[in-house]
Amino acid sequence: MIWDTLFIMPFLSGFLVAAVLSVFGVLLRLRDEWLAALGFAHLAGASALIGMAVHIPAVFSATFGAVIGAIIKTISHFRGGTVYALMILAGWSITLLVAANTRLGGSLGHAMVEGQLYFLGFSHLMAATMLVIVMAVGLYWLMPIVIRHRLFPGQDAANQRPTWRWRLAFDLITGLSMAIATATVGLMAAFALAFIPPWIAFRTAKNWRQTLIISFCFGMVGYIASFVLALWLDQPFGPVLVALLLIAAIILHVVDRRHCVIERPLKVGRSKDRWKVEK
Amino acid sequence: MPQPLLIADGLVTGYAKPVIGPLSFAIQPGEVVGLWGANGCGKSTLLRAIANKARIFTGSLKQRPGLSLAWQMQQPVRLDEMPFNGHDYLRYAQANRSTPPNRMALWLDQRIDTLSGGQFQLLAVWAMLGRQADLILLDEPTNNLDPEGQQILAEILKAVQGVSAVLLVSHEYRFLEHACHRVINIAKSSPPN
Repeated sequence: MIWDTLFIMPFLSGFLVAAVLSVFGVLLRLRDEWLAALGFAHLAGASALIGMAVHIPAVFSATFGAVIGAIIKTISHFRGGTVYALMILAGWSITLLVAANTRLGGSLGHAMVEGQLYFLGFSHLMAATMLVIVMAVGLYWLMPIVIRHRLFPGQDAANQRPTWRWRLAFDLITGLSMAIATATVGLMAAFALAFIPPWIAFRTAKNWRQTLIISFCFGMVGYIASFVLALWLDQPFGPVLVALLLIAAIILHVVDRRHCVIERPLKVGRSKDRWKVEK
Repeated sequence: MPQPLLIADGLVTGYAKPVIGPLSFAIQPGEVVGLWGANGCGKSTLLRAIANKARIFTGSLKQRPGLSLAWQMQQPVRLDEMPFNGHDYLRYAQANRSTPPNRMALWLDQRIDTLSGGQFQLLAVWAMLGRQADLILLDEPTNNLDPEGQQILAEILKAVQGVSAVLLVSHEYRFLEHACHRVINIAKSSPPN
């Protein structure tokens, strides 16, 4: 059934989005900004719904909302996760109010939260392809900068180099990817793809390259399995993806913890204590 | 005589209020200078002022035009999860490093969040000294180091002499005397014998 032409376009759109999110999520986690993914997803969901209410394609209106969110995040001076919490609350409130006050609003709201993967069209595939291109170029430029700034903060200030350009670019790419992902696979599935594969990769990888590969593979396997399973069992795609990723993550987390107790050294201490076995 | 990299003249610096000063000194290219003072006397604030992270109240701090700086903070960033090994860390530090000290070579394949505090400190300092900036600021690089670690640190500091200038803050006077060309005393109290 998966090879039915009806499902090829949705499958490819989701495939590209899953690939992007599982890699980009690694940078979000490194910056401790994984909650941003949920914030942008909520904003994108709300603006997509507003767009659909006035007959604008969701993928465009979602992107517009997320870009506005990215600009606000960059120029605002909220500390910690405050700005993400505000995005989530605003997105949730707007989504439900629009859903309650427009014809078909309720079903559109459900589609946004659960994901409407099987009803995607050519515009979604084009948007996902564009996202892959933007992400490939953006990551090539941004990844070393983001890592350097995370591991060695202060070097830019010491050398009087402005940081707003790459910060804004990073926020715009976050907003763009979450907007297209939300309009493609749904709000929670988009967040799960940006959060769970990087979480597992951060725990298990031995170096940075492996982190990217593990996260990518975990996200792709999760996506393909969910797509097939949701079709086979006639279930909504988003919840199936989230459930599968969660189950796999919990199993790996438990296995990894047992592994850590035996082999992982103590974090701080003299070198002779490093291989002490924790009980 | 070459142009100094940095000249502080009657410098008073701090944050909301002045913390340290007035201070006057100059750093020449390639020299390793120690900055000694008791805990809380404002040594780190002085480095932060050079790194444009603290406010200058009076006096001046002149940098040579085009000066490149590298700044090792008192607590190098150590995240709960750091899926980077030593090679990754050096690469992203933009450190030009090929042959590590013997003891350190064993750690480079490990994830850096599995290194001990002392191991990580040495790696971080070695990475920063490999950046080949004109002036490298090191804030308490002897933190977490055992005597053997301090010996390695002194050796890698000797290796950069004449290549990059280093301004090194520490409260360990003997280490500074051993590892630096000269020591600037900014404490109100006298250094220990």
